[in-house]
Amino acid sequence: MLSFLLILIAAFFFTGVIIRTKSIASGRKGPGILQPIKDVIRLFKKGAVYSTTTSFIFQIAPTIYFSSVVMAMMVVPFGQAKGIISFNGDFVFFAYVLALGKFFSIISAMDTGSSFEGMGASREALYSLFAEPAFFILMGSFALLTGHTSFHLMFMALHLGSYVSYAIALLATFVLVMILMVENSRMPIDDPKTHLELTMIHEVMILDNSGFDLGLILTTGYLKFALYGALIVNLFIGMVPYQYAIMLFFAIQFILAVSIGLIESFMARFRMSHNPQFIFTLTSVSLLIFFGVLLVLGKFV
Amino acid sequence: MTSITAFLVIALVAVILIPFVGVKGKAAVVYLAVILNALISGNLAVQAFFGQPFEYMFSGSLSLGMIPVRLDVLSAWFILIINFIFITGGFYGLFYMKTYQSQLKNLSLHGIAFVMLYTSLISLCVIQNGMVFLIAWEIMALSAFVTIIFEHNKITTIKAGINYIIQSHVGIVFLMLGFMWAAFKTGSYDFQVISAYTSGLNGAAPVILFLTFFVAFAIKAGFVPFHTWLPYAHPEAPAHISGIMSGVLIKIGIYGILRMLLVIKPDFTIVGYIILVIAVISGLYGVMLAIVQHNLKKLLAYHSIENIGIIGIGIGIGCIGMGSNNMVVASLGFAGALLHTLNHALFKSLLFFTAGNVYQATHTLNIEHLGGLIKKMPQTAILFLIASIAISGIPPFNGFISEFILYSGMYYWLQGATLITMIASVFSVLGLVLIGGLALLCFTKAFSVVFLGQERHSFHHEIKEVPQLQIIPLYFIAFFIVVIGVFPKHFIELLVKPVSLLTGNIAVGRLFDNNLTDSMQHITWAVWGFMLLILIVFLIRKYFMQKRIVTSEATWGCAYVGPTERMQYTAGSFVRSYAKLLKPVIMSVKREKEIKGIFPKDGYYESFTYDKLEKWLIDKPIIAIKSFMGRFMFLQNGKLQFYILYGILFVVSIVCIPIIYETIIQLIGYFKHI
Repeated sequence: MLSFLLILIAAFFFTGVIIRTKSIASGRKGPGILQPIKDVIRLFKKGAVYSTTTSFIFQIAPTIYFSSVVMAMMVVPFGQAKGIISFNGDFVFFAYVLALGKFFSIISAMDTGSSFEGMGASREALYSLFAEPAFFILMGSFALLTGHTSFHLMFMALHLGSYVSYAIALLATFVLVMILMVENSRMPIDDPKTHLELTMIHEVMILDNSGFDLGLILTTGYLKFALYGALIVNLFIGMVPYQYAIMLFFAIQFILAVSIGLIESFMARFRMSHNPQFIFTLTSVSLLIFFGVLLVLGKFV
Repeated sequence: MTSITAFLVIALVAVILIPFVGVKGKAAVVYLAVILNALISGNLAVQAFFGQPFEYMFSGSLSLGMIPVRLDVLSAWFILIINFIFITGGFYGLFYMKTYQSQLKNLSLHGIAFVMLYTSLISLCVIQNGMVFLIAWEIMALSAFVTIIFEHNKITTIKAGINYIIQSHVGIVFLMLGFMWAAFKTGSYDFQVISAYTSGLNGAAPVILFLTFFVAFAIKAGFVPFHTWLPYAHPEAPAHISGIMSGVLIKIGIYGILRMLLVIKPDFTIVGYIILVIAVISGLYGVMLAIVQHNLKKLLAYHSIENIGIIGIGIGIGCIGMGSNNMVVASLGFAGALLHTLNHALFKSLLFFTAGNVYQATHTLNIEHLGGLIKKMPQTAILFLIASIAISGIPPFNGFISEFILYSGMYYWLQGATLITMIASVFSVLGLVLIGGLALLCFTKAFSVVFLGQERHSFHHEIKEVPQLQIIPLYFIAFFIVVIGVFPKHFIELLVKPVSLLTGNIAVGRLFDNNLTDSMQHITWAVWGFMLLILIVFLIRKYFMQKRIVTSEATWGCAYVGPTERMQYTAGSFVRSYAKLLKPVIMSVKREKEIKGIFPKDGYYESFTYDKLEKWLIDKPIIAIKSFMGRFMFLQNGKLQFYILYGILFVVSIVCIPIIYETIIQLIGYFKHI
């Protein structure tokens, strides 16, 4: 329950901090931290335009997309506190429930019959497909290291004892940050601020959404940031008492948001054809983690 | 005894009766026979589940020996699946075949083959005499062939049928070899005798015997590289037959593998690793090729290979668990395999039936010509969507449950001791994850290109939903897909008995149940909570939208105002970046004629993919054999007197060879003397 609330609070500020960082880095004054939330509230108040090509799929998809991320949030624990749902193998549920949301966001983009949105949908399906193995291998490594198969027990048992396990935690952070980039369609995979539809992924998929639906989709994006941020936080808090853990939570989320903002300010988007290579690297790094765990456990002679 | 007699008599009467009645009569006789026999066999199967395995010995003949008929829980599990798919598929078929009402003789043949196929499939699950098993296997292969080639005036259909029957008989050769070997050693065809014989053996012999059977059953099941018949046969058969083939016919291969594991009890570790490697490759290869298919039913056929791979992963993990005495892993693996067998039978038959609806409405299966069908065939579209989500292994439907069990098995296995196990298990996790992700890519493509957007092709006839009665069995299947997804616990309890049979111990059967109970309880809550959440968000959305102005416009074309349906993303373009990535694995063929000159004539562009393994394993060897055999063409000169001469030469040489052999031996002896 605690993690659910914390993620909600973090989601309020996360995107705002990214935008703010970017504006400061480029020497602009920039909007306030809460501007993204204000945008969403404005959208909730607006009417909607639906394409004549679309069917009911287009109408239910944003709802399901949003619900899937909320559902995934319930699985994530916070240090010693369990998530609302916690059982053996819950990370499989986590990944697959997110996949349901992805399934619907892809088919809703295809529902409009627009070639731009089809392009985005195709890319989204491909990239998230390649990001998924990294997540599962990462979780497999933790399961091996700790002997548990649920988020809560795994994160509780993560001890940062030896130097090798520091390395593993760092690499795991790297993998999770990269998965976050891919899943949220940020730089260097995708540029949310590009002016050309041909080079977008996520933004182009939601070209036709408007009003309440668009608001839902944007909210989902904010939640997703905080969701993956919470996973990263969990790598470090372990058995830390709550009062420090909560501070640590916001500190790490803040650092994460700032670093995403900095990356976006100083880095160009990859060429589309380079993206798969980038994502394959991700899987390789996660395999490295797996072998690192084997090393820690002394399985290599 | 009475049940078996009744079962056979009903089938026989139906087969005899079918040619002599009218169209409606044929339909009634076929369906009635299937229903009655399903009741009989289902009754026995349910009894087996409640702890009363059925056993009867036919006296047989001198050459065959006793013919045991044994129905245990493993048979019962498969019999129930077969019954369910045949009842729903048969009902669907009654309507699907309406278009062909005028082809009376063809329909008679089809009906007879349908009944025979059903009877032989059920028989295969219970017969435990190698020789009779072979005969039933042959009846099954031939009747399946007849049902596939229903539209035998189409050249592609007959080709696919012949391809199927040849490969099927290659499988039969392996089966024969296996049974002959066993019979040679034991003097009996009874499975129990074989079992007693192999349990006394050590070393490689049981493994090789098992692998002989495995190849035979793998051809039927469609494991890579024995899969090449499958993508041809499925698209050409009528929709209800495709559904049945993919749902249960290829599952009889899985049944055979599991049965032989029980009978032979080979070295489980070695066998497990072999099955696991083949299964992971099948799963990946199947789905990789499925994505680039443009024929809807061919796409589904490749997905069958993928799902057989997933089932195989379960069997492999189960075997390795048995081998290393890690019973939790063993029970989880077998449970995942058995549940996925049921799940795949459900969603794949539903997919094939809905594809049949699409074909009936539009007369094409080329997905590049389809589009926007959700507005004209909403029920078919929703059913297809449910099955698509289920086959991608996504909650809240049944595919997720079986994949979850497999993941649990793998992560338990991961905590095993040795390095090699860990690496094997992490790569099978990798395989299963990729399979899941690729399936998502594939089914978002299939669903959205067929049902969403606008029509890509103008048809000259009206496209409308198929008759309501035809859709009823599909809802029935969909109902089970949803129920397994939202109440997984009850179905997992059903699995306890078959799993304990496979692992050889009732306590072991309970192991996986205990391990999963907690997770399944949570998944049930989570899934219900999820659906509630969706409903709440949807109601909130509805409440907000009521007060707002909602208008309709054309799709936003980035300020371009003359969009046409031809500008939509096609299936080919949807998977283009994927196909480019996988170029080394997939063989894509392009045929094009460019438009040139001031007065250009016709130009065209066509691209399709071909199975690389088929090229190397089937096509190239056939060309080699053909060119070798071509050297003896002169023998076939069409003159009868020569053929008689060949016959005589053959008989003479049969008689003479031993004599010549003797003489040579004598000669050698003579020379040695010197």
